[in-house]
Amino acid sequence: MKIRIIVNGVERELEVEPNELLINVLREKLRLTGTKYGCGIGECGACTVHVNGEPVLSCLTLAVEVDGKEITTIEGLGKDGELDPIQEAFIEEGAVQCGYCTPGFIMTAKALLNEKINPTREEIIDYIKGNLCRCTGYVNIVKAIQKAAEKISQRKSK
Amino acid sequence: MKYVGKSIQRIDAFEKVTGSAEYAGDIELPGMLYTKLLLSPYAHAKIKSIDFSDALKVPGVITIAIGEDFPFRIGLYVNDRNILARKKVRWVGEPVAAVVAENLEAAEEAIELIKVDYEPLPPVLDVRDALKPDAPLVHEELGEYAHSPAFNPIPGTNIANRFVVKKGNVEEGFKKSDVIVENEFLMPQVSHVPMEPHTCIGQYMKDGSIKIWTSAQSPFAIRYILGYSLGVPLHKISVYVPYVGGGFGGKAGINFEPLVVLLSKKAGYRPVKLELTREEQFMVAPVRQGFYGKIKTGVTRDGKIMAEKILYVFDAGAYADYGVNIGRAAGYSCTGPYYVPNLEGESLTVYTNHPWGTAFRGFGHFEFLWAIERQMEIVAAEIGMDPIEFRLKNALLPGLTTPTGEKLREDAGRIDQCIKAVAEKIGWGTPPVKITPNKIRAKGIAALWKAPAMPPNAASSAIIKLNEDGTFLLSVGVTEIGQGTVTALAQIVAEELSVPVEKIKVVPFRHTDLTPYSWQTVASRNLFMEGRAVIRAARDVKEQILEVASQVLRVPKDDLEIEDEKVYVKGRPEWSLQLKDIAAGYVYPNGNTIGGPIIGRGYYVGSRLTYLDPETGQGYPALKWTFGAQAVEIELDTETGEIKILKLVSAFDVGKAINPMLVEGQIVGGCVQSISLGMWEEYKYDKNGRMINPNLTDYKIARAGDIPEEHIVVIIENPQKDGPYGARGVGELSMLSVPPAIANAIFHATGVNINNLPLSFENIWKALKEKR
Repeated sequence: MKIRIIVNGVERELEVEPNELLINVLREKLRLTGTKYGCGIGECGACTVHVNGEPVLSCLTLAVEVDGKEITTIEGLGKDGELDPIQEAFIEEGAVQCGYCTPGFIMTAKALLNEKINPTREEIIDYIKGNLCRCTGYVNIVKAIQKAAEKISQRKSK
Repeated sequence: MKYVGKSIQRIDAFEKVTGSAEYAGDIELPGMLYTKLLLSPYAHAKIKSIDFSDALKVPGVITIAIGEDFPFRIGLYVNDRNILARKKVRWVGEPVAAVVAENLEAAEEAIELIKVDYEPLPPVLDVRDALKPDAPLVHEELGEYAHSPAFNPIPGTNIANRFVVKKGNVEEGFKKSDVIVENEFLMPQVSHVPMEPHTCIGQYMKDGSIKIWTSAQSPFAIRYILGYSLGVPLHKISVYVPYVGGGFGGKAGINFEPLVVLLSKKAGYRPVKLELTREEQFMVAPVRQGFYGKIKTGVTRDGKIMAEKILYVFDAGAYADYGVNIGRAAGYSCTGPYYVPNLEGESLTVYTNHPWGTAFRGFGHFEFLWAIERQMEIVAAEIGMDPIEFRLKNALLPGLTTPTGEKLREDAGRIDQCIKAVAEKIGWGTPPVKITPNKIRAKGIAALWKAPAMPPNAASSAIIKLNEDGTFLLSVGVTEIGQGTVTALAQIVAEELSVPVEKIKVVPFRHTDLTPYSWQTVASRNLFMEGRAVIRAARDVKEQILEVASQVLRVPKDDLEIEDEKVYVKGRPEWSLQLKDIAAGYVYPNGNTIGGPIIGRGYYVGSRLTYLDPETGQGYPALKWTFGAQAVEIELDTETGEIKILKLVSAFDVGKAINPMLVEGQIVGGCVQSISLGMWEEYKYDKNGRMINPNLTDYKIARAGDIPEEHIVVIIENPQKDGPYGARGVGELSMLSVPPAIANAIFHATGVNINNLPLSFENIWKALKEKR
């Protein structure tokens, strides 16, 4: 089947199988390997990408479902060589260890901060419950999202 | 100091936040094939026949392999593992056959068509049963396996290793005791759950050489074991390791690399990739060994431990190639961080028909500290002494001897300071408080220690190159599995050579053809050992720089100083050279050139470590001991068994925090892993030994909502003189002893002793109900 999608701002026309998953199309066909496989059943969030701005688990999404839609992956974040404030905050707050879950967390955090400019700590913890991290113990990830929120609101007020 | 001791950002963070960091699964090679494994449905059964004729007909299938195709045994310490099951299967999940195909779909289809005729055998599904004289044998051929001389397998039994430690006279010690307390403790098998499942690619080349790309912690161990088992010289084996998406010990030693290499040969020398699914990760990949412990402690009324008799039994599962060292490590530190004058300890690593065990962060110690730290609490209560006072009274301080008779060095860390620090920060000394009729708040504490569990000859090395523009390249064998060691090593280079960290690149991958040797990335040994090797390599670089500069500047070497990327005459900064002008040889105006490319190297092995006496366990096993303590305040609902961790305090004597932010990151992350293992995680089996929860829905790990409301980290720095800038390792230590601290708090809240993990709400509820 033929699908037409916009991935990180670039229009793509692809031939996909009816049972092909979005994660495999991204990783194998488009070689956007920043999106990670962690469980295949939607429990870990490592494969989180945005479809039309909404966070989606690409391991549970058929490629044909996203026909005509706009997809953003971790590779699509940041502009003109600059990091996204969330990426900056993850570095600054020590929210990265092995890094495997990091793209999924950043995409989830991005969705949260798109929805809500200044989430509370509790709201952050609640929102990232679908993402698993085995290294950091989450504390610095929560701090990083708080800091990213500050950065974004500071930049908006400028 | 300018760079050491500073919380600089991780040097690998940019790649990781942008998704450009390379992991093994991201690698695709031309002509690559994919493999899928057929897993045993039986815990213990004879393989009578395998028929894969229909499977071979599936379009896209290249080849199918079974155990008899690969008559090699592999293993880190004991060669007990098959590449694929041979003659019989030993756990539900053991790979029996592998299909190699052009794509995964074809391989998956073919797997379904393989017919295996099994003859079920009685399985051993409890490690205590495995020790009974009439227990079925998991390995009939145990006596034939090659093994390291440090281990003692007992053929004709299920005992893969028996370690014994004897000190003083235990009978006399019990005679002098006023109170004797004996208890039993249990811990189930658990999974590492690295977010990246095991992934590897192997290619057997037509010239007989071997290439491997893998998510592994220890490329040199893989190269060595593979070379030994297949009879291939090491210069013909290349192992490449990119970033690793979490290891925690599960990717140490050697895992599926021999399989993909041999499959590649059978498939016509094309590269073969194995990527475990999460379910396969639970079923096929190695786990943390289960544990049973029995401790008898003799103590005087005034709180002095006089004698201890200890039995630790590790449920190694089907294979114990790495597992034997877990029992050994628990054996030589079996008392925990306490001085016990009379001791008899026995630590057994025992085969069962459970999934096979391997290293897991803090191995042996997470398990036995559960037992010891519960026992300490129970004993203190028996003699009516405050548990902090009891621990301090028996604290293993410098000058006292460890179980193996090692006198603790003067500059070892201080367990007493760790215990006092957490006691103070948790506000020790107040009784449990009833918040509502059902809810009680109470505190608990537990201490910990560990030394790297490694052979005495474990080595590390480092290479530093000065580039032509004055920047540096550091190459080390420690893999980047999330722990951040390479950032700390870059800080050490920066400090030694007085150059900004931004001008140092640590090679972001390991390739055994290019990378300097490191035994393994395990055991909290790498900051210490690579750290020392890096210091030596930096000083070698410095010496070479000074050699050339002293000729050019016409002063003796000891009158020169290196700072801010320049070498200059002390007191005469205007007489100087840029490092870049020396990097590839200094060129005089007329073209004459002296010196040449500057490449420094350094190595490190532990000083005066020994094998342990096979009869008494006496000797020097420890590169260094790291001490620590944990304290919690919990809120327990006595009606439902639910607990909330209100506050956690962790203190570690790390000697010197090279990068405090990274140390804290290790401690916070390790503690949450510890809580997760202690409260939720468990391999659950049906009566036939089949795991019934092999996915992240049924096997829960900690999520963001499960973390303590408050976590205070105390970093204590009593420097160890032979550590790099005084540092000791902490990576594994952080995940020790949180579960016993929680159980001790439950004990103080209710008087109920829970001695079996996990501390799930259900198990707590059951224990409280039993008491009522």
